[in-house]
Amino acid sequence: MNAMTIKPVEVAAAFEPNPVMMAGSGAPVVYLHGVFGPEWNGLLDDLAERRRVIAPATVGADEPDELKSIDGILDLVLYYDTLFDRLGLEKVDLIGHSFGGMAAAEYAAVFSHRVGKLVLIDPLGLWRDDKPVADHLYQTPAGQQALLYADPAQAEVVAANAPPEDADAKVTAAVRRMTATAASAHFLWPIPDRGLKKRLPRIKAPTLIVWGEEDRFASPAYAQDFAAGIAGAKVRIIAGAGHTPQVEQRAETSRAVLDFLGS
Amino acid sequence: MKTIWFHMQGYRDLPDDFHTRYESVWVTPPNDELCDSAQVSKYLRWNVEELELADDLGFDGLGLNEHHQNAYGFPVAPNLIASILARRQSDAAIVVLGNTLPLYNPPIRVAEEFGLLDCLSGGRLVAGFPVGSPMDTVGCYGLPPTEVRPRWLEAHDLITQSWTRPGPFAFNGRFTKLRYVNPWPKPLQKPHPPIWLAGGGSVETWKFATDHDYTYSYLSFTGYQAAAGMMQAYWDQVEKAGLDDNPYRAGFAQAVVVADTDAQAEKLYLRHIQNLYAKSMHIPPYMGGVPGFMSKASVKYNIAKRGSAGFGGSVPNPYETDWNTYTRVNKQVIGGSPDTVVEELENAIRTLRIGHLMVILQLQSMDRELTEYNTRLFAEKVLPRIRPIWEKEGYVDHWWPNGATRHARKAPTAHAEVEPAE
Repeated sequence: MNAMTIKPVEVAAAFEPNPVMMAGSGAPVVYLHGVFGPEWNGLLDDLAERRRVIAPATVGADEPDELKSIDGILDLVLYYDTLFDRLGLEKVDLIGHSFGGMAAAEYAAVFSHRVGKLVLIDPLGLWRDDKPVADHLYQTPAGQQALLYADPAQAEVVAANAPPEDADAKVTAAVRRMTATAASAHFLWPIPDRGLKKRLPRIKAPTLIVWGEEDRFASPAYAQDFAAGIAGAKVRIIAGAGHTPQVEQRAETSRAVLDFLGS
Repeated sequence: MKTIWFHMQGYRDLPDDFHTRYESVWVTPPNDELCDSAQVSKYLRWNVEELELADDLGFDGLGLNEHHQNAYGFPVAPNLIASILARRQSDAAIVVLGNTLPLYNPPIRVAEEFGLLDCLSGGRLVAGFPVGSPMDTVGCYGLPPTEVRPRWLEAHDLITQSWTRPGPFAFNGRFTKLRYVNPWPKPLQKPHPPIWLAGGGSVETWKFATDHDYTYSYLSFTGYQAAAGMMQAYWDQVEKAGLDDNPYRAGFAQAVVVADTDAQAEKLYLRHIQNLYAKSMHIPPYMGGVPGFMSKASVKYNIAKRGSAGFGGSVPNPYETDWNTYTRVNKQVIGGSPDTVVEELENAIRTLRIGHLMVILQLQSMDRELTEYNTRLFAEKVLPRIRPIWEKEGYVDHWWPNGATRHARKAPTAHAEVEPAE
């Protein structure tokens, strides 16, 4: 495995180059990030042992002004499609977490022939009145952590959230979290439902749905709704994890994903 | 100097432990628990009576704004209240500051209603075009934060075009698409009522104000001391744009309480000031600073300038904060005898270099009677003494409605743009 590097990739004139995180070699697998923006987590290290991992930033995550050129899900999906072209990818295996899971499912529904396998980890994108998806914007920082993790005090969670020591880096990270959250809110606020439910049946890729059993952000009940919409989808519930099983139960989650990808 | 009696139109009887029991004064204060429609029926009559009193007592203008699901003020439809004032025989300006443009769909509604108000009032309307607070736009009306400013910009273009171009014409915007833009009526003032911008410190809004030669008002409850840096940044932008330093390019909102003596003012008003900062300013940072509402440039500017990108105005321990701190140390509120108030107001006006003072004389829990006392004393003992400010420098208010002729003085011939109403 080689260390993660960030490569700016040109997409289109209206956008700054996408700072794509990359590591490993072999068959490519694309990972789309969650609501609070880019992160390099243990799952990506584990994947990079065997695969070429490509993790682009959400469009607008660094400069929300770019979202003036993105009017909805179709524009989002086309952005990723253009990016995949620029990266020289043909057919891709696609993994998405949380908001990234919603984006991955939307992509797989539109470009159903371009996705090899699809992994959705606690994806957003559906809505049920009996189990409303939580509001992650109107939360204190502690409240946000409680939505992301079953136990925010867990050692792995604390390590994954350690703030940078340098004062300037701290400000940069705070601004980045604001802008990245703004970018996902562009598609999630006020209700994270842009009609994905009616598009799910278009997905042709073999699909694995992974859900943390104690997810307080989006109830594991949604796992069955995704499975009901995608023909042949498998569901894997991870005990001892909330919205972010790849951090909270890294070994089990990584194994489930790697087994499914067959690599 | 123009002084506008500005009404927040809030809920005056919130429980004393409101700020410990509830998350926020805005967006989520539960209506069935807190908002008694019978009480509101009473407040609405008081609100209108207080505005009419201010009209009778000679204030230059009457000020209204728009907020939603907000106990500190829920003037949900400012044009409805403005129409009551517009119907009166008066020469005071009606300052609607304003209609929150991103919340009107399609925004041509604002062009129509402002046109109607301007005709009904005889050209006394100020057309305020605020972007809106993050609570109103994102929280109450469900706009993605990243859409608020683009929607505002587009609505501004649609409305100003509808007032300046002959109709009908087509408008193809990102958010609004209209085949026939042709509002009836157009405003009485030509080409349109003065447009005022209002904001809480967004860098882009200052630039927009100078690009269009609009006047900008900084609306916060921080008091003039804390606002000085923000206003200076606006004036720097004015200078950068090569515009003159006419103080009528700027406005400011200020809470003011007057009594016969400083001691009497403390006795009458301290509790209401504490209620204002405890209850009305009880807004969590995650609502005021919701990601995506401010541009990245404004976020950086605000973090550098004041350590947060939130909504200005809160006080750490409002009920432990004393009169001296509110009025002399932090100066959030200007209060005391008429002499004290005149001195502080003149400081504020000259420090911020403002020509439009939005004076807030009804604070949170103040009832009808105390509000009238405060208003009368201000009108009699303060207003005549601040009116001449900027007079001898010869500045003319180019952003005042033509039909609002109260206290109008002859404009110097070089700037004879303010026409008397017919």
